Amino acid sequence: MSTLLDISHIDMEFPTPKGSFTALQDVSLKIAKGEFVSLIGHSGCGKSTVLNVVAGLYQATRGGVILNGREVSEPGPERAVVFQNHSLLPWLTAYENVELAVKQVFGKSKSKPEMKEWIEHNLKLVHMDHAMHKRPDEISGGMKQRVGIARALAMQPEVLLMDEPFGALDALTRAHMQDSLMEIQAELNNTVIMITHDVDEAVLLSDRIVMMTNGPAATIGEILDVKLERPRDRLALAEDAEYTHLRSQVLKFLYEKQRKIEPLSPGAAASKKSDTARKASAA
Amino acid sequence: MSTTTSMNEQMEPKVLWLDRLLAVASSVGKRLAMPVVGFAAFLLLWSVAAQNIDTSLGKFPGPQAVWQQFGALHAEHNRSREKEAAFYERQEKRNAARAAEDPDYVPKIRAYTGKETFVDQIGTSLVTVMSGFFLAALMAIPLGIAIGLSRTLNDAVNPIVQLFKPVSPLAWLPLVTMVVSALYVTPDPIVAKSFLVSMITVTLCCIWPMVINTSVGVASIDKDLVNVSRVLRLPALTHVKKIVLPASVPMIFTGMRLSLGVAWMVLIAAEMLAQNPGLGKFVWDEFQNGSSDSLGRIMAAVLVIGFIGFLLDRGMLLIQRWVSWDKSNIAN
Repeated sequence: MSTLLDISHIDMEFPTPKGSFTALQDVSLKIAKGEFVSLIGHSGCGKSTVLNVVAGLYQATRGGVILNGREVSEPGPERAVVFQNHSLLPWLTAYENVELAVKQVFGKSKSKPEMKEWIEHNLKLVHMDHAMHKRPDEISGGMKQRVGIARALAMQPEVLLMDEPFGALDALTRAHMQDSLMEIQAELNNTVIMITHDVDEAVLLSDRIVMMTNGPAATIGEILDVKLERPRDRLALAEDAEYTHLRSQVLKFLYEKQRKIEPLSPGAAASKKSDTARKASAA
Repeated sequence: MSTTTSMNEQMEPKVLWLDRLLAVASSVGKRLAMPVVGFAAFLLLWSVAAQNIDTSLGKFPGPQAVWQQFGALHAEHNRSREKEAAFYERQEKRNAARAAEDPDYVPKIRAYTGKETFVDQIGTSLVTVMSGFFLAALMAIPLGIAIGLSRTLNDAVNPIVQLFKPVSPLAWLPLVTMVVSALYVTPDPIVAKSFLVSMITVTLCCIWPMVINTSVGVASIDKDLVNVSRVLRLPALTHVKKIVLPASVPMIFTGMRLSLGVAWMVLIAAEMLAQNPGLGKFVWDEFQNGSSDSLGRIMAAVLVIGFIGFLLDRGMLLIQRWVSWDKSNIAN
């Protein structure tokens, strides 16, 4: 398979009052068309930074990202992002949120009725056609994330970037969303990079799992090929030996090789958690 | 409890309906009860205190005296309007008669120049405050957006805003008066100089809270929303129209409400100080007049000023509720 996206020797340094902080060091990854890659690692390891560099929201200090033979220097709709916190415009309905993206991307190439059809098609794809004209504050967290995905898909991106898309959802909704995403993926065969904390999610959805070492100066530790047959069924896989093996591989990497020493007192752990959450939202 | 209600429902559905009406009435009553009690206590305290204060213009007016003055002011206004109508009628008749005698006669129309009544002064003050306010909004909101979007511009403008923000607009008043007198010299003025002076003073006091709130609102837009705009590569103007403006509407309105409240207070003081037409001038004239009714009339004006200020604030709140997407952010 030919390479669609080439993340080439990326270093990322952030200036801080105490001097520059190296978040990423020499991250290289080649992704083929139609591949589903997930990035997994502990909080603060720079997963989001990698995604933001690919999205063009950050400029890498050294190295670069090449998409279809062209270097990426700024954000663009061909690298649509599904943000962690849906990032829908709260004053627009689901339909209008998708419409904003569609008008911007296809305003010149599609006629009005075509655009309407395309917006509705994408909302139908994520099963949100029944609540198209509701505002974000009138729908549930899972539904908001669906609309966020519809908006990204509607841009017809070459690479779909997902930053912990289901991280803020409860377990049942998350499972439901994962199934939906697999369904969509089977239909559209998008190229996807997804950041996740969730080992099961990574194994279930990905073709490859990229495991990152802990920061500072984080880089790619191991890459795991997931050769499970598609379509995948979570119930069947739960008993599957190959699945269990892959899962334990990831767990071993995270909890043996890259074990992160967290303070044990609950208060400190909580503050650490909120701290990383803030970092993630800042990124 | 639940069994009794269900039995009632079966046997006497009409009673239940009545119950519900009573419940609604009592909840409305409860909500109104305390304000009514508060108001009554205020009136009582006022009338007791008023009786015990002797001024050189007689006793301090109590609620009743003020109420009488409201009636008198209203009657005065009606009389003045009748006079005005009569004046125009006479003028028209006179002109018609002369035109009948001499076909070449070009009729002279003179405006009625009676003293402004209380109601006229209210109108003048309202028009002044609204024009000054809108003029300020017209300048402050675009400026605030620009400052909120650009760090550099913010660094340049912020010290100036911070310097002028705490200045009482009344300090500007003499300067504004002189500048308007020097620059506004047309033989046929569209608006009176005094109006212009009051309006500019209002503008000067409205502009700073609006600039600051707008720029803070714009600068604190959720970063993810800005990233959405960047990923979509929205052009600058679309970015402002679709993302920045709606996102900062709640803050913009907070600034507008703040400044309208201050503007109304400042305008009254400015009118008093500069003898410009309006409620402030009414209060000052009555004070200078020094009749036995004056204090009552001033007290009536005070109440009207307060009531109009309250209505202006409520009006802004209604508009804010109407245009803002963020209903949770709007407190009383």
